Amino acid sequence: MQIDMQHISKSFGSNEVLKDVNFSVKGGEVHALMGENGAGKSTMMNILTGLLEPNSGTILVDGKETNFASALEAEQHGIAFIHQEMNNFGEMPVLDNMFLNKEIKKGFGLIDNAKMKTIAQKALDQLDMKVDFSQPIGELSVGQQQMIEIAKSLMTDAKIIIMDEPTAALTQDEIQKLFVVIRKLRDQGVGLIYISHRMEELFEIADRVTVMRDGLTINTYNTADTNVKQIVHDMVGRDMGDFYPERHPKYGKTMLEVSGLTNDKFKDISFSVRSGEVLAFSGLMGAGRTEIMRAIFGIDKLDAGTIKVDGKELTIKNPNDAISHNVGFLTEDRKTEGLILDATLADNIDLPSIDGFSKHGLIDEKADKDFVDMLLKRLNVKANGRDDEAGSLSGGNQQKVVLAKWVGSGSQVLILDEPTRGVDVGAKREIYDLMNELTDRGTAIIMVSSDLDEVLGFSDKIAVVYEGHLMDVVDTKDATQESIMTLATGGKNE
Amino acid sequence: MSNQTEAEAKKKFSFGDFYKKLGPMVALIVLIVLVSVLNFSFLDPLNLLNLLRQVSVNALIAFGMEFVILTGGIDLSVGAIVALSGAFTAQLVLSGVPTLLSLLIGMLTGAIFGAINGVIIAYGKAAPFIATLATQTILRGATYVFTKGNPITGTKMSNNFGFQFFGQGYLFGIPFPVYIMAIFYICAYILLHRTTFGRKTYALGGNPKAAFVAGVKNNKMIILIYTIAGFLSAVAGAILTSRLASAQPDAGNAYEMDAIAAVVLGGTSLAGGKGRMFGTLIGALIIGVLNNGMNLLGISSFYQQIVKGIVILVAVLLDRKQAKA
Repeated sequence: MQIDMQHISKSFGSNEVLKDVNFSVKGGEVHALMGENGAGKSTMMNILTGLLEPNSGTILVDGKETNFASALEAEQHGIAFIHQEMNNFGEMPVLDNMFLNKEIKKGFGLIDNAKMKTIAQKALDQLDMKVDFSQPIGELSVGQQQMIEIAKSLMTDAKIIIMDEPTAALTQDEIQKLFVVIRKLRDQGVGLIYISHRMEELFEIADRVTVMRDGLTINTYNTADTNVKQIVHDMVGRDMGDFYPERHPKYGKTMLEVSGLTNDKFKDISFSVRSGEVLAFSGLMGAGRTEIMRAIFGIDKLDAGTIKVDGKELTIKNPNDAISHNVGFLTEDRKTEGLILDATLADNIDLPSIDGFSKHGLIDEKADKDFVDMLLKRLNVKANGRDDEAGSLSGGNQQKVVLAKWVGSGSQVLILDEPTRGVDVGAKREIYDLMNELTDRGTAIIMVSSDLDEVLGFSDKIAVVYEGHLMDVVDTKDATQESIMTLATGGKNE
Repeated sequence: MSNQTEAEAKKKFSFGDFYKKLGPMVALIVLIVLVSVLNFSFLDPLNLLNLLRQVSVNALIAFGMEFVILTGGIDLSVGAIVALSGAFTAQLVLSGVPTLLSLLIGMLTGAIFGAINGVIIAYGKAAPFIATLATQTILRGATYVFTKGNPITGTKMSNNFGFQFFGQGYLFGIPFPVYIMAIFYICAYILLHRTTFGRKTYALGGNPKAAFVAGVKNNKMIILIYTIAGFLSAVAGAILTSRLASAQPDAGNAYEMDAIAAVVLGGTSLAGGKGRMFGTLIGALIIGVLNNGMNLLGISSFYQQIVKGIVILVAVLLDRKQAKA
């Protein structure tokens, strides 16, 4: 089977997310799709699988123009989409999840479990996998769940399988197993679209690669004919060298010092950040970086350990305590914890500072408005004004609103968890510039990031966490991709 | 840029937006015109004053309900609080406790019941619907136990001028409960729209997780808000008891429904985070005009319920439409 997407364009309101893109995949190849967040990869795949309708352009399946009206229709045509976030019902048994909405019946509406098991086992056999079908799927590891997803696509006899960041949550061992499966499928004539951010995987598994940026398909290469440098260049639209602004740190006193922090997610964590410093936290997904920060900020509980801010030992019971000692926390997921999407920019930005604009609880409306306007301007938030709903802004501008909140609250210690995730390239640069400006004024910044380039490109020191343990804190100028990855996977550098 | 202004213009004329801003007001005016045309005596000042007095009980409960619903919660126990706090007040007056003190103690007990609701919801992590359904049942049962199933009344109540005045008196020709409603409306309005407490209420309803991360003490807020709801219900209970000069064991039955209806008719989203105190006042007036108007028009109380139900249904459907748009 061959699919050709030709001249596809798509806009959301006035926001053009795909501009006349072309993409093709055929049976028997692994075609990698690379690009930063917001480049348009997901939108393109959602169009291919009938989840979104393009504004213009055509999709050819084996040369015939086809429009899938729904995901189900795409599936019936042999196109399977394995999403990054798996839509499983954790409490439901494996078998029920695999056949959700596709249950096989044996008359009187009764479900034929025996037949379903036979079919499911056949698919799992292809993957050399054994599971207990009656076990709740939530009890399986993420890797196993990923395999179940693949088995599901095999059950529907998929000719084209789309995998969106399949390795994001897998261990090295599981990744290798997945690659064996991918190669086997390819050899059986299945076409695979492989979306990933990981450069090394691309060269290991893909036959072709298409790079997207800002809603455009920049180039398609045979993997054998290209190299990392070229792809990175296509992805960011310039050489990496000038992508991160330079750091000229001037360190002051220690602003945050923690020692022996322990709860069920991490153990004996000790580190410190100075005024004017950017300390990056690196590690694999699930290593416990976010959990450490949540505990410092008072969202999660600590079992042991001490926290000193500006030399004073504190008991932080909730975020309110942390904020009152000038600690700010930009959370990993801005939609669920960073913003009130239905509320105005003003109501979002002034929330942590609102007590400062009030006398006996009564808000000084004028001071409050001026405060919000000043911050919107300072962070260059692109919006009509303070009364816009936060949810109406683009990802980058939403992130700036969250930053405005914490800059406005006067954070001396600012914890930024994935500050540039889902943010376009231009806004990314603005966020780094802001971080430079803040550290110049003496703020201490902790930047949790899963983007190794960012960690190496924009920090003074790097703390590496592996399975809840702080492996080491190294100077950024002495660190390399390899040395950080080694620590992040539990190894030791000589 | 032109795209943006175009989108904005489109937004301005969307029906959902229009309803949100002016809908309740328009609905009220249309209703008043309709009832007046059908029966001129509706506009009789005496009838209007009577209407306002009738509205005051539901409006007071609805002001508290507005806070609760803005957090995404609901309080089904308010009607039972009306009954039990009213019964306490009546018993205190009968046993010779000074009138003002009796009233205050009654209101305080309402606040305490509200606080208990809040603690169960905040610390017990119970769904407000179920938690307050349970406390509603408990408080109603307690009312029957306390009153032994009979109205609490006596000459010490019917001859007590101060107590009678609270629910039946007139000041400058306007019923006293209307003043109480006005005072608490102003308080509730300021609390919701001019203070940090109000701002945090909206934040809590809009996204409790984000509110918590931004330093809002969610549990404390929830307890305070249910306390307010309980307190205002008890104020309503005091008016009701005074007006009837007796505490009925089944007083306030289903009052939670009228209060919720007033909040929803006023344009507040049941999902929380969106709504205004003014809307709730209008919502309470709409229900008051409906009740009063249908009585004037001689519509049987059986049909009245059907009409009220339909009006609420229409309001909820409009709310859904607005949420989708």
